[in-house]
Amino acid sequence: MDITILEGYLYTKEHEWVRIEGPKAKIGISDYAQQKLGDITYIDPTKPGKKVKQFEFLTGVESVKAASDIYAPLSGTITAFNTDLDDAPELVNKACYTDGWIAEIEVADPGETKNLMDAAAYKNYTAGLE
Amino acid sequence: MDKNTPLHQEHVNLKALMAPFAGWNMPIHYGSILDEAKHARTAVSLFDISHMGEFIIRENPSKSSLDAIVTNPVVKMKTQRCRYGFLLNDDGKILDDLIAYRIAADEWMLVVNAANEQKDMDAIRRQLSTDASFENISSRIVKLDLQGPGSLAVLKAIVGDEVKRLTYYGFQFFSLLGGNFIISRTGYTGELGFEIYVDSSRGVELWQTLLKNPAVKPAGLGARDILRLEMGLPLYGNEFNEDLTPLDAGMERFLDMEKEFTGRKALLEQQKRGVPRRLVGFAADGRRTPRHENRILSGDRDAGFVTSGVFSPHLNKGIGMGYVDAALGAEGTAIGIDTGKGVINASVEKIPFLKNTSIKYSEV
Repeated sequence: MDITILEGYLYTKEHEWVRIEGPKAKIGISDYAQQKLGDITYIDPTKPGKKVKQFEFLTGVESVKAASDIYAPLSGTITAFNTDLDDAPELVNKACYTDGWIAEIEVADPGETKNLMDAAAYKNYTAGLE
Repeated sequence: MDKNTPLHQEHVNLKALMAPFAGWNMPIHYGSILDEAKHARTAVSLFDISHMGEFIIRENPSKSSLDAIVTNPVVKMKTQRCRYGFLLNDDGKILDDLIAYRIAADEWMLVVNAANEQKDMDAIRRQLSTDASFENISSRIVKLDLQGPGSLAVLKAIVGDEVKRLTYYGFQFFSLLGGNFIISRTGYTGELGFEIYVDSSRGVELWQTLLKNPAVKPAGLGARDILRLEMGLPLYGNEFNEDLTPLDAGMERFLDMEKEFTGRKALLEQQKRGVPRRLVGFAADGRRTPRHENRILSGDRDAGFVTSGVFSPHLNKGIGMGYVDAALGAEGTAIGIDTGKGVINASVEKIPFLKNTSIKYSEV
């Protein structure tokens, strides 16, 4: 399986990514995750204002194969959901690191990034899963 | 250990995702299940369905024992025609659904589900008369389904103009690849389409020949499941099993009640009692997908179960089939689907979900 892993993103063992943008951060799922899920058909919209904790439930995603959970890479408060996904969840398949971002949060504790993997570490991690 | 079809290496070369299905290692998709489903409704898709079982039965039609085994009218039906029906046990419960091909006055081919092949063979042989001959030819057959609005044009270029004479549920032997093989105007997608049965030694050549046409793309079992469900076509193991009768599933039109067959007596009794639940189609109010074995709710009350569910890329919503309390069977009835991660609002809908597909296409 050829997996695209981008620099500048941090990754979780559950295959979410987070990209810090000042006090905020965008969250999505990695290329590995979208390939494993197959065609994505629905993403449950997250509600702005809701608080999430690192590695706990963020939202649900459905693909042609199954329904799965997405976990928050960092603790924080949700500030936005990518509403383009309402009618085009396939954006997560087509551009998981860019147009297919899922949620934006206000980061509660930047120190939590120490629990995440950088691109090199995530690359090693996914290589070990094959 | 799961079996490979004779086309296994072709699937691997095409980077298919392979997964076990009914004891076989089968292609689920070649990249995108949704794209493959859409391609079948707009162009032509090619499916390797070689896992299905094929039996040849020969006997004198005036003393047919097969006629008393399956629900299909095998003696009344014409040669070069196919009929859908059931193999039941004495209780009227469904052992399998199958298609009978009448090859000659005294010869039939039965096409059965892979998962039930051994069970079907046992049930049929046990009941066949000693004058009848039975042959399981499954391992010698590659079955390819060519489905989609452009399928006739593709096939004409390979086997000639004759193929356009096939009417819906008709079949003939055609010369191709140096052999004489059955092509039927049948399928499981709701589109104009054909099922081709060739000697397994010719399978790879036929597969490659068909894929040379740029309109044709391979499709896996994932797309096949979406396509059949969009048409409300049942699948053994989902809509049918040995706890259910054809009456539970509303399949009266595939029972020739005018003849004797195994299970008929039980069905007549059930007809008098009535059925507690009905098999219905339903659509979600959005993109969430109902899944096999989800509970169906009426308000807060348990009212049935989902047998199949998919996301329909043509309706852009979740659709499914399931058994509901008979009182909830009317079109438009609001139901809930408990996914275990919340409840999907849905309503009972008339099947097929898709209308105006290319299936009934006729050139004449």
